[in-house]
Amino acid sequence: MITLLLILLPLIGAFLLLFLKGRPQSFTKNVALVLALSEFLIFIYAACGFAKNKGQLLFSADWVKELGIKFQVNLDGISLLMVGLTSFLIPLVILSSYRVAYKNASVLYALILFTQSALVGVFAADDIFLFYFCFEAALIPVYFLATYWGGERGPKITFKMFVYTMFGSLLMLVAFVTLYMRGQTADIAALKQTAVLLPPALQHLLFGAFFIAFAIKMPVFPFHTWQPDAYTESPTPATMLLSGLLSKMGVFGLIRILLPLSPAGFKDYATIAIVLSLIGLVYGSIIAIRQNNIKRMIAYSSFAHMGLMSAGVFTGNLSGIQGAILQMLAHGINAVGLFFILKIIYDRTGRRDLPSLGGITQKAPVLSVLFMIILLGSVALPLTNGFIGEFLLLKGVFDFNPYFGAFAGLTIILGAVYMLRLMQRSMFGNITHNTENFTDLKTSEVLVLAPIAAAVILMGVFPNFFLKISEPVVLNLLQLAK
Amino acid sequence: MSILTLIPLFPLIGFLINGLGFRKIPKSLVAPIGIGASLLSFIAVVIVYLNFKENPHVIVEQVFDWFVVGDFKVSLSFQLDQLSIIMLFIITGVGTLIHLYSAGYMSHDEGYGKFFAYLNLFLFAMLLLVMGSNYLVMFIGWEGVGLCSYLLIGFWNKNPDYGNAARKAFIMNRVGDLGFLIGIFLIIQNFGTLEYLEVFEKAKSFESGSGIIVAITVFLFVGAMGKSAQIPLFTWLPDAMAGPTPVSALIHAATMVTSGIYMIVRSNVLFTLAPATLEFVAWIGLATALLGATIGLFQNDIKKVLAYSTVSQLGYMFLGLGVMAYTSGFFHVITHAFFKALLFLGAGSVIHAMSNEQDIRKMGGLWSKIKITAITFLIGTIAISGIPPFAGFFSKDEIFAHVYTHSKLMWALALLGSFMTAFYMFRLFFLTFTGSFRGTDDQEHHLHESPSSMTIPLIVLAVLSIVGGFIGFPEVFHLPHGLATFLEPVYEGSKAVLPTFGEVHLDHNTEWLLMGVSVAVAAAAILLAYSIYGRGKGIPAEDSEIGGLKNVVYQKYYIDEIYTAIFIKPVLAFSSFLGNIFDTKILDGLVDGVGKLVNWLSKYVRRIQTGSIAFYLFLMTFCIVLILAFNLYPFLMEAAAKPEIQIPGK
Repeated sequence: MITLLLILLPLIGAFLLLFLKGRPQSFTKNVALVLALSEFLIFIYAACGFAKNKGQLLFSADWVKELGIKFQVNLDGISLLMVGLTSFLIPLVILSSYRVAYKNASVLYALILFTQSALVGVFAADDIFLFYFCFEAALIPVYFLATYWGGERGPKITFKMFVYTMFGSLLMLVAFVTLYMRGQTADIAALKQTAVLLPPALQHLLFGAFFIAFAIKMPVFPFHTWQPDAYTESPTPATMLLSGLLSKMGVFGLIRILLPLSPAGFKDYATIAIVLSLIGLVYGSIIAIRQNNIKRMIAYSSFAHMGLMSAGVFTGNLSGIQGAILQMLAHGINAVGLFFILKIIYDRTGRRDLPSLGGITQKAPVLSVLFMIILLGSVALPLTNGFIGEFLLLKGVFDFNPYFGAFAGLTIILGAVYMLRLMQRSMFGNITHNTENFTDLKTSEVLVLAPIAAAVILMGVFPNFFLKISEPVVLNLLQLAK
Repeated sequence: MSILTLIPLFPLIGFLINGLGFRKIPKSLVAPIGIGASLLSFIAVVIVYLNFKENPHVIVEQVFDWFVVGDFKVSLSFQLDQLSIIMLFIITGVGTLIHLYSAGYMSHDEGYGKFFAYLNLFLFAMLLLVMGSNYLVMFIGWEGVGLCSYLLIGFWNKNPDYGNAARKAFIMNRVGDLGFLIGIFLIIQNFGTLEYLEVFEKAKSFESGSGIIVAITVFLFVGAMGKSAQIPLFTWLPDAMAGPTPVSALIHAATMVTSGIYMIVRSNVLFTLAPATLEFVAWIGLATALLGATIGLFQNDIKKVLAYSTVSQLGYMFLGLGVMAYTSGFFHVITHAFFKALLFLGAGSVIHAMSNEQDIRKMGGLWSKIKITAITFLIGTIAISGIPPFAGFFSKDEIFAHVYTHSKLMWALALLGSFMTAFYMFRLFFLTFTGSFRGTDDQEHHLHESPSSMTIPLIVLAVLSIVGGFIGFPEVFHLPHGLATFLEPVYEGSKAVLPTFGEVHLDHNTEWLLMGVSVAVAAAAILLAYSIYGRGKGIPAEDSEIGGLKNVVYQKYYIDEIYTAIFIKPVLAFSSFLGNIFDTKILDGLVDGVGKLVNWLSKYVRRIQTGSIAFYLFLMTFCIVLILAFNLYPFLMEAAAKPEIQIPGK
């Protein structure tokens, strides 16, 4: 029941906001924030229930009764973490836009909440069609966000993203229908039994369909070309949603859908998938080194990180998958923080190109300290949130194949190269005429970045808190896959 | 909470107070907090040592489980044994002196609070590095000191050159860290744990020279190369001199850069099992020692000379480790911490007196002007040159004796390096302190001895540079080798896998002879330096006038330029190609191409939509026939294959 509430609250909230059209911006902003914070509180309540092993997390109702399709949602360890990430980040995304006057703000916030509702649906779904429905539904509001509030090239680029990911999703739908026909059920847990018995050739086809769908979503090389443009041209709230949360649906899909529902494909084609993912990791990092547009640099960095998570899942070992889950949390948080900082820089200077920036630390020490902390998280310094995830991922890949592991390890060098370049050229050095009037953070901005910085360190010191939550589910999954 | 946990906790608290309170805490409180944190940590070390002395057993103390994945567990835990105790003394002892010195040296800097916060953070990380009871806690410290080094090299971040030096240090260290990490993964795969005690116990069952152990040790050594500035990863260290001088003394001379040596001594069982790796370590160390020494011969920046001498001395330490003289290598870590910290702080005092001038061509005649600095600097110079009874003599001589039994060629080369060391160090001393003043009138007017917060550390370190060697007397003196006795339990594993471990076959006559030769070589080098540079002679030429082979050495063999040409430029070009052409034009072009193809096809396909009902009916019928045929085909084939099939209902 609580899980249902987690889906419904943002949905109802979104409709509520649509009715508030025309009210003053500050009012709609506050309403949206209160809604998002209540969602977070409900999540905390749900998590406490989960910890005590009680609390009704399962909700099941007939959806299309004739076909046996159910609206069934539940929270297991992995879902709990992902829903937690969502409900932690959405208030920050909303708060991050406090100082910007958007036209039709109420619609913008409604769309953010719509996205949240769909995301929770994806993470909690127990039924393949519900999963598919929410997977698609999450993209639609972001599409509108990027089209109406984005840059000049926004509509064209967003359209491309939409068509591209839709193409992948259709393949997934075909795979789902096939599984449904074979198993006569849409229940994910029940389908696991069906999938194991399917002929390998069919499983390979299913694998292909799922892989392309999720690879486009994350994205993984070579299906990523929509991503740098989309991240760069979208308005920051949409970029945050895309990089922080929507990309995670892809990795989540690998774990929840692809691994258990095409086990033979997973076993036989894992190497190819890992190779593509790792190429993306190194390829994206190398491209990021030379980007002068800071938003585009972080877009490529984000793409690179997704590659490592994807590779981790495909290793099919505990380290790799646990690493991927932890890294989803860490990267989600760090990406939102980084894109917000880039937005702060852009709002203050009107520039996104490194050569026109510099010396910001002299004007905004608080910003630069918080930036440094989040940056250290994303270069995976020990005792920050990026480290354990990356360590486990690299260990997973190394256990799969030492040469792959060494190749993937290049990320710790390349990541430092582009991230420190970003730091150096924007924060350090001499003040330019663009940065001479830079002002330090305002309260609402600190309220976004401080929780993120705190999460960077707390998750880095106490990663076990999170690992323990998802481990039983992952072990169970691996047991099945054997 | 035990006292052991308090050791790293004090600097952490100091960091948090000075870091969070930067610009809010009054300046008069900043230094007491920073120094106090370090001093409390030192006191805790003393207490821990006294307890340990009464009951000398290895203590492993778990703080909490850091992370658990399946059967693999890593805890944040500390190990106290003879090796970590010595490192703790060096770090907190020399660390406290350098904190004190910084209070004077940095007093005019606007980032005073930030500086102390970073120094405390460094201490915290460095303490984790040596206190950890497993390789991953060492790795936390390892990367943590790298971060602090980055922050402190780039402390004056307005200057882009300093920023570049800082980034170079961090990135080059990360290259080594990747090696370390791969070593860690191999250890996990083969031992199932990262805890030192368990790993070393299990290692005893491996054959000497086993491939896996060689691989592990080589990768660990790659990590050490980065942190301890060995060929080929040494070029960051001279550039690191961009940081404030106390940083150079603490991080880039006394503590952080010796982490690599600590790591190898810590893992001595593994290295003893891998003679091939040891040989490699010895040659890399020797080559680095010589390379650093030759470059040091012609440098004119006071800190750069010391930086190359650090590179070179670190090379000697690895040379010692490579010939399995772990104690000797580690002995040199200790004495080097004293005299090199002293030399750097002395250099800082000189720079302070000279109004931030670092070029020794513009100094001269400082002996009478800054007496305490000059005398202590001379003591440091004698110590590093290997003149008895100063500290450097004992440790260096011990390394040389072991090298001699290992290979005479190596010994001869090492001796050559030792000659150069004494030469360039005394060249530095003569050019800086003797002759007449060559700076501007303004500088001469400002010349002054440093405040006592700076001279006290100099005096303490000078005393240590004189007596520090007495913890390890050569065997021929028939005096106790305190260090070797103390460290003996650390090599228990090495002894188990190699029964002859620790036996040196060197008769006393040879030992006397070796000692005599190295002292004579040092003395000759000093005399040569005096004859060229003594009494204000032989002032080195301006940069533009240096030519020929000498210029190649002066330009550090153009190694930076070579690295730029073979690593940095190609990666940047590749990055541009991928970003501007491959990704955006080719790959994305393909995707767009698919879209265009669909558009193009639709131009033709839409002609099917003629609007004629007759055509639609035709198409429909045609398709129905097609579908029927498609579905019936397998059935028909089956029927054809089995003619006797029973038709149902008949």
